[in-house]
Amino acid sequence: MKIGVLVNEGPYTHEASDSAYNFTKAALEKGHEIYRVFFYHDGVNNSTRLTEPPRDDRNIVNRWSELSKQYSLDLVVCIAAAQRRGIMDENEAKRQGKDANNLAEGFRISGLGQLVEAGIQSDRLVTFGD
Amino acid sequence: MNDEMDMEEEGGVVKQFMFVNRKAPYGTIYALEGLEVVLISAAFEQDVSMAFIDDGVYELKKGQDTKSLGQKNFSPTYRALEGYDIEKLYVERESMEARGLTEEDLLVDVVVLDRAEMAAKMDEQDVLISF
Repeated sequence: MKIGVLVNEGPYTHEASDSAYNFTKAALEKGHEIYRVFFYHDGVNNSTRLTEPPRDDRNIVNRWSELSKQYSLDLVVCIAAAQRRGIMDENEAKRQGKDANNLAEGFRISGLGQLVEAGIQSDRLVTFGD
Repeated sequence: MNDEMDMEEEGGVVKQFMFVNRKAPYGTIYALEGLEVVLISAAFEQDVSMAFIDDGVYELKKGQDTKSLGQKNFSPTYRALEGYDIEKLYVERESMEARGLTEEDLLVDVVVLDRAEMAAKMDEQDVLISF
């Protein structure tokens, strides 16, 4: 089955991101196709590489990056939601005149159309959040 | 830019999309950012509808005044949805009545459904996105 995943909550505060990760990983291991994982609302905070949890805790951001690398997973962060919350890739930081960028490996920033497209192209769109 | 390119690639697939609004308009950002997705979806020529349940019915209340909140009043946008061909707005009767609201209190024309009818409407959809 072709599945789209929507992550609406940030890491650590809310379990939605963990659940989305566990679901995505399990689906991939079962041989399903994940069309795209889309990060919206505070979900965009899953994509900052400046995340540094205590050593005995899981690194939610790195975990997504690794999964992306292993399965060529498309991790898309909503640009409007990201700009509100200070998530930038190199190009966007340059364009906005910021002195730094923080988008983690394996993620890309794009428009909300990518979420609608995931709904159109996937057999199921599964939302994680409140 | 990306959105425009995506549109051309869809090749005529029309799905039933329902955006389910469950939150009050200003306590959290869900209503505002949810509305942004709805507006974008209009460009994809899908069969789009919106459902308003729980505190989501407050999003449609007339006479919103956000001056003292220091936030933008985005409620006029709901009136503009018609211009995007998004005309199917469903409000759950139980949610509305529990909050002491009637259709007269809402700033757009809606179809009021009871809970069971709303469930049936949701069941018809291909894609449900809830905020």
